Amino acid sequence: MSTLLSHRYRRGEIHEFQASGAEFMYLVTAGAIFALDDATRHVLDLLGDGDMAHDDLVTALIGTGHSAVDAEGLVRELRIVRAIQSEQVIPAPGPTTPPADYPLQALVLNVTNQCNLACTYCYEFGADKIATPEGKPKYMTVETARASVDFLLASSGTREAVHITFFGGETLMNFKLLRDVVGYANEAAGAQGRRMTYSLTTNATLLTDEIIDFLSDNAVGVTVSMDGPAELQDKRRVYKSGKGSYAIIEPRLRALIARHRTRAVTARVTLTNGVTDVMRIYRHLKDDLGFHEVGFAPVTSSGEELEYSLDGDAMTGVLADFNALADEWLEYALRGQMHGFTNVSETISELISGTNKSHPCGAGLGLLGVSPSGDLSPCHRFTDADTHTLGHIDTGLDQVKREAFLDKGHVAAKYECQSCWARPLCAGGCHHEAFVRYGDTGHANLHYCDWIRQWTDRCLQIYGTLSEHNPEFLERFAARKGLS
Amino acid sequence: MKHLKPINSKARKISADMAAIEQASLGEASSEEDVMALQQAPRPHVPMGCTLSFSPGWEVDATGGTAGLCQPVERDIYDCYVTCFWPVQVPDHVNYSPDWASNCAAATKDWRNLDLVFP
Repeated sequence: MSTLLSHRYRRGEIHEFQASGAEFMYLVTAGAIFALDDATRHVLDLLGDGDMAHDDLVTALIGTGHSAVDAEGLVRELRIVRAIQSEQVIPAPGPTTPPADYPLQALVLNVTNQCNLACTYCYEFGADKIATPEGKPKYMTVETARASVDFLLASSGTREAVHITFFGGETLMNFKLLRDVVGYANEAAGAQGRRMTYSLTTNATLLTDEIIDFLSDNAVGVTVSMDGPAELQDKRRVYKSGKGSYAIIEPRLRALIARHRTRAVTARVTLTNGVTDVMRIYRHLKDDLGFHEVGFAPVTSSGEELEYSLDGDAMTGVLADFNALADEWLEYALRGQMHGFTNVSETISELISGTNKSHPCGAGLGLLGVSPSGDLSPCHRFTDADTHTLGHIDTGLDQVKREAFLDKGHVAAKYECQSCWARPLCAGGCHHEAFVRYGDTGHANLHYCDWIRQWTDRCLQIYGTLSEHNPEFLERFAARKGLS
Repeated sequence: MKHLKPINSKARKISADMAAIEQASLGEASSEEDVMALQQAPRPHVPMGCTLSFSPGWEVDATGGTAGLCQPVERDIYDCYVTCFWPVQVPDHVNYSPDWASNCAAATKDWRNLDLVFP
C-alpha cells in the first residue's frame, strides 16, 4: 500500500513591498528581490495568513483561468524559491559561518589613542568608554606598524588587494608613522604582486597642504568626522578648553576637498541631542563644503540619560529627515545622477548584491583592529579594551577567542532576529553598540529594530522604483561600487 | 522562472539555479556532477551496488520507459519510508528526519530536491 504526501502551504519568509505601483518581495532566507506578477500576487492572497492544501491551491488557481500545468508550475516555482512553504518545513539554511581560516581583508591601525579634541560623546573617552588604555603606549611604533603590515599580508590568503585604515585618537597626530607605513606597505605588497589600499578617519584639525597632497598622491580615502555647520559642530566637537573646532577645520576642509583628487572625501556625522537637523547638516556638508558623500549615525550610548543621548522623539525626527533625503536620492537616481547621502547608497549596494549576512560586519572576520601597543581586537571600536583582546600582532590571532566572538555575533545566535525580515542586512547590528548597551557583543540591538526595518523598507522601495524606471542606473551604480 | 522576475544579483542566481533544475528535468542534463536517474540519457548508467540504486530509474518497463508499469514508479520514494515496504536506504522519518521529503511534493518532478541527510 502506498501513501502519497499531501502538502499544505503557507507564505514563506518574505517581506512584500510596493514601489511605483508594482509589487515586489524580499526573500528573507536569501536576500533576493523579485518582482511579482498577478498570478503570484493571487497565490499570496489566497494563502493570506493561513495555509492551504496543495490540491485546493491548484484548484483555486485553475478556477481563475490557469491551466492545470500552469498552476502546478506556479506552485512549484514559489515553493522552490521558498516564497511559500509546506507545513513540513525544512528550515532554510541560515547564512553559513565563514571558515575559521577566513582571510583578512583589512586592518584598522589605531596609530594613536591620543586626540587633540575632547568631543563629549566620544566612545573612547566619554561616559560609555570600554577602552582601558592606562599604562599602554599612546602612539604606535614603526615596528608595530610594520609588523601589522606583514601580519595583514600573511593572513590575507590570495587576496589581490588588501586594505589598511588609519584610525585614532586623532590619526594625524601620528602622521609621521602613517607616511612610513604607506611606503613600507606599498613595497611589501608590491613585492608579492599585490596591492594595498588605504583610508583614514580624521577630525581635520591637523590637515596641511603637505598632508593633503600625500593623501591624494597615495589615493588614501579620507573620512572626516564632523557634525555640521559651526554651531552644531561646536556643540560637542570641542577642544579640551571647550573651544569649538569648526573655525579651525573649515579652511582645511576646503583645501582637502579641492586638492584631494584621487578618492571620494566623505563626512561622517554623529547625531546627538540637539544635533539632529539632518537636512541642514547635509546641505552644509554637501553643498557648502563640497564633500562627495555624507553619512549619519546616531551616537552610541548605554541608554542612560546622558547629556548627548538621543531620545525616541528625536529619532523620529531624524527618520523623517532621512526619508526626505532618500526622496532626493531617488530623484537624482531617476535622472541618472549620483547623490551623496551615504545611508541610502550603502543599503542600495547591499540590496544590489543580495547580501545575506552571517555577522553584522567584518569585525573579527575579514577585519581586525590593532591598538598602539599591537593588541588585536575585533575592530577599532574595541581598541585598547582588555575585555576584547583577540591576540597580539607579535603572537598572532587568538583563534579560540576569535571563534567565541564570532559564535556570539552570528545572526543565528540572536533569538530576536529569527523572526525579523531585515536580518539579512542587519544581522543584529553593531557588536560594539550591543556591548555598550547590553553588556554583550552577541546581543541584538533591540533599541533600533523598528528604525532599521523602516529604513530597509524605504531603501527597498527605492530599489524597486529604480528597477522599474531606471535599471541602467543600478547597473552603473553596481559597477562604480565594484559590485558587478 | 515564469512568474518571478529577479531584480538583484542573489535573485538572478536563484533564477539561474532553477533554470538548471528545469533543464535537467527535461533530460538535457549535461553536468557530470548532477544526480542521474538510471535511464536518463546518455545511457546506460549502471548502478554500482544497491546504495546507489534509485527506484524511479530502476523500475522500468521492457522499453526502458515507465509507461508500461502498473503503478507510477515515483510513488516508491514514499513507499520507501512512509510504508516501509521497500528496503532502500532512506532517512529515518520517524525520529530524525521528518522533513526529509518536504520539498518533494511531486516526486516525478522534484526528486532532485530530496535532501541529503547525514546521520
